[in-house]
Amino acid sequence: MTVLLSTILTLSLLGILAAVILYFVAQKFKVEEDPRIDEVEKMLPGANCGGCGFAGCRAMAEAMVLRDDISALYCPVGGAECMKSMASYLGKVAPEKEPTVATVRCGGTCAKRPRNNTYNGAKSCAVASTVYVGETACAYGCLGYGDCVDACAFDAIHVNPETGIAEVDADKCTACGACVKACPKGIIELRKKWPKNRAIYVSCVSKDKGAVTMKACKAGCIGCGKCAKVCAFGAITVENGLAYIDPQKCKLCRKCVNECPTGAIVLKNMEPLPKEPKAPAAKPAAPAAKPAETAKAAEPAKPAVAEKKESVNEQK
Amino acid sequence: MKTFPIGGVHPSDNKQWSNTKPIEVLELPDVVNIPLGQHIGAPATAKVAKGDKVLTGQLIAEATGFMSANIHSPISGTVTAVDMQVNGQGMRQMMITIKREGDEWLPEIDRTTEIKRECNLDSAAIIAKIKEAGIVGMGGATFPTHVKLSIPNGCKAEYLIINGVECEPYLTSDHRTMLERGEELLVGVEILKKALGVEKAVIGVENNKPDAIAHLNKLIKQGKYAVTVEPLKVQYPQGGEKQLIAAITGREVPPPPGLPIHVGAVVCNASTTVAVYDAVQKNKPLIERVVTITGKELKQPRNLLTRMGTPISKLVEMAGGLPEGDVKVVNGGPMMGRPMINIDSPVTKGCSGVTVYSGKEAHRVEVESCIKCAKCVSACPMGLEPYLIIRLTQKQMWEQLEAEYITNCIECGCCQYSCPAGLSLLDYVRLGKSTVMGIIRARAAANAAK
Amino acid sequence: MANKFFVAASPHIHSPQSTQSLMRDVLIALVPAFSLSLLIYGLDVLRVTAIAVVSCVLVEYLIQRFLFKGANTVKNLSAVLTGVLLAFNLPSDIPWWIIVIGAVVAIGVAKMTFGGLGRNPFNPALVGRVFLLIAYPVQMTSFPKPISPEYVDAFAGATPLAAVKAQAVEVGDVNLLAMLQGVMPGSFGEIGALALLCGGLYMLWRRVITWHIPVAVLGSMAVFAFIVALTQGGGALMYELPAFHLLAGGAMLGAIFMATDYVTSPMTAKGMLIYGVGIGVITMIIRQWGAYPEGMSFAILLMNSVTPLINKYVKPKRFGIMTTK
Repeated sequence: MTVLLSTILTLSLLGILAAVILYFVAQKFKVEEDPRIDEVEKMLPGANCGGCGFAGCRAMAEAMVLRDDISALYCPVGGAECMKSMASYLGKVAPEKEPTVATVRCGGTCAKRPRNNTYNGAKSCAVASTVYVGETACAYGCLGYGDCVDACAFDAIHVNPETGIAEVDADKCTACGACVKACPKGIIELRKKWPKNRAIYVSCVSKDKGAVTMKACKAGCIGCGKCAKVCAFGAITVENGLAYIDPQKCKLCRKCVNECPTGAIVLKNMEPLPKEPKAPAAKPAAPAAKPAETAKAAEPAKPAVAEKKESVNEQK
Repeated sequence: MKTFPIGGVHPSDNKQWSNTKPIEVLELPDVVNIPLGQHIGAPATAKVAKGDKVLTGQLIAEATGFMSANIHSPISGTVTAVDMQVNGQGMRQMMITIKREGDEWLPEIDRTTEIKRECNLDSAAIIAKIKEAGIVGMGGATFPTHVKLSIPNGCKAEYLIINGVECEPYLTSDHRTMLERGEELLVGVEILKKALGVEKAVIGVENNKPDAIAHLNKLIKQGKYAVTVEPLKVQYPQGGEKQLIAAITGREVPPPPGLPIHVGAVVCNASTTVAVYDAVQKNKPLIERVVTITGKELKQPRNLLTRMGTPISKLVEMAGGLPEGDVKVVNGGPMMGRPMINIDSPVTKGCSGVTVYSGKEAHRVEVESCIKCAKCVSACPMGLEPYLIIRLTQKQMWEQLEAEYITNCIECGCCQYSCPAGLSLLDYVRLGKSTVMGIIRARAAANAAK
Repeated sequence: MANKFFVAASPHIHSPQSTQSLMRDVLIALVPAFSLSLLIYGLDVLRVTAIAVVSCVLVEYLIQRFLFKGANTVKNLSAVLTGVLLAFNLPSDIPWWIIVIGAVVAIGVAKMTFGGLGRNPFNPALVGRVFLLIAYPVQMTSFPKPISPEYVDAFAGATPLAAVKAQAVEVGDVNLLAMLQGVMPGSFGEIGALALLCGGLYMLWRRVITWHIPVAVLGSMAVFAFIVALTQGGGALMYELPAFHLLAGGAMLGAIFMATDYVTSPMTAKGMLIYGVGIGVITMIIRQWGAYPEGMSFAILLMNSVTPLINKYVKPKRFGIMTTK
């Protein structure tokens, strides 16, 4: 009995002693912190995705409270509403930013862009892109090993096994930009998010010459410039053999979509314009060389490498 | 027998497929493609345009700055294009295309096989001649030789080490060169010694080439050359520059930016040394090299004296064509060579061999989870921990990677070779290394800007 | 048909060793000890091993299939090996249900809860054994008498370690030659130092293990015992005590097969030496002053917990970096 009692007593005494020490230490080393940081942190989505450029939501909240000018800060996950509520709580001016969505700019599906070799190294786009061109002849297209999928904290991007290309779920995407950074080919872009997830964009980033692109992929932009000519808003520029639609200028008029000979301009969640009957008058608008190129596109496009390989076998 | 201090593996070398095949001269190709960037450093600048007539050995592209190398025409004919062409990895690269018309050499090139031993040039003149001939390291690293020979201020070369190790399995081009052009090699060593002003010269040869060791020793005795042959233990990567220096001198080259010259050593590949002889004594630029074409299922593995720019498919054809089924064609040896998807790509200065793998060999082994067996750690010749490095790379922890000396990695492949779980260790180590190197360069640039 | 090109970065060749081949080699290395146990303890050995292996494999398969919904990992033989090692740590007359419980703890708790092969911090077979030792101390520490005709009962059914601890016999009176041959009571896999050593040599030859851990464990145990003998007056004890401790109990099995488990041992040579010495010293401390006669399992598990720390602080010798500077 005495053993039991002494045990209880010693342990209780030890506990009390430790509590007292802890109390004084906590008092002495107390960190004075703006209580608003906690409040602001609660308003943030708590995804800790790093989309704002900070290490986590806590760091973002600190910056929100401590900086006078918060115009450079933006939480892509919480969006405008979240920014507004935080700004009003802090008595600061919220930055205006329109919502964006990650867009995968490659249309080189398995059907359109034939595979001419098999990669069996580490399943990582970053690794494969340092080894060689990829499983197709296109040096710019989606590799499909899913570095973007690994980077996404919101389960918003997946590689479609049928097409071999990453696809974004626009409803889940928070435009944090993690996939944009992860993609070694720079295919993913944050573009303006239209209502109902409508979108028009050039689904190709190949800077190869038209003929080269066409050999590698049936859905590539060949830089013919037809889209730029038809655009009434000056939203389309063609540089290095690649068309780009400026999301700020584009009004979703859809004219360019029908012009594109390869279907590289993609229309999402919208009906295409009815096809105009091709009037002979429209032809002179295009340079003389272009129809020939379009005709070539109709041929079954074989990748350069595969052709050469066959020739080797014939020699055998 | 000497060897390097830590790590290493023993893959079966399979050199028996081609090490008894004498060097044969490959028939001249009808068209050659010469990449402008086939060495470490800045790509050369083209000096010819479409339609120009060139002679064999004529300068067609000039070094861009110090860290670059000249390129000469390997055949005579007409330049048909200076344009982007697809290289072995399927990437587009600037190349000069020449269509062959006969084989007319520049008159000043001495094409006789007679050995010319006396060399009355001084160090600067020798280095200038080597630079003029566009010689780069032919073991695969393609580091411009004249840069290596230009000793930076404050350093002094004590050892000239000739790398006749050829530790890379399968390849036999250096082995055959040492056997068939031994005399030229030894004269080349004397020229290099003169260029560097060193007394000690050692030829390191792995002990699986006893015939080459005996042959060189015989020639040294006959010709009274002041050079020794050091037989080395058969262990990969014995021929890695840092490993070879450690094996022969016992000194360890510090991590980057440390260079071999910081421990007083200059290493030169055996084939490169022969090329130095050709350049200095015969005025012959680097336009051809010995390429081993080998593989388990190839009908006729060979050692072929090949002009630069020859399509690799021509070598494959000479070896009896590609085997049936799945194949992997590699520019270089099985441990460090680069895989190819376009075998019409040209032979370049650093192409010591083409190896072909078929069937099961063409595939990687199945990947399982890491069992922490520590085989990668004990195999690493640089004393790194590959298992840890790939974990840090996958988590993108670059600062920690730098602290783990990732930049010291020589990408020899010992870790991945020995991994029983078949992990893609080197793939990720390489990715981490290149990222960290980029960060270091950016930091250096930022510091310089300050 | 055109050749299909395969692409992967270098290296393009791979050593013939795989996880499966390594595990197979360890199993082969256990064959001599197993045959010896069959000779000494009879067919019961086969029964215990079979039950342990089947239940380990089954538990791994079920968890992998229905909980992880992952690929079948049974073919890498690691579960088989765990089963065999668990069995080796049991008395040969143990009831079947205790073996099954041991297997469930070893694979289900010690291995799969952490994510399967390569992720477990503790040696699964040892966790199973220690669990059984604590849960069923009576069944786990009563050993049948060897059926081998040469057997002379010097220990009254107890293991040599227990007999010495209980001061039933003097170390000097123990027949060391019989212990070397394995004619003594104990878990059926840990007896027979000679057979276990043969297995160890086989593994060294096949480059499955390196010498560091076994040598460090056994060496530090011998040194420790030597010092103890020295303090007890020296004499013949100075070589008898080290020899006794190396041959008794789980010293050989632990040092050669348990401590060298890849997953739970350090990655560098230096780390392995530290780890091995730690095991040797803790084992001897438990044997000398602890409540249990044998401490090998506890020592290994304790050092397993230190392994991550060793990995963090003990780095290999880096090439080109002078430590003296």
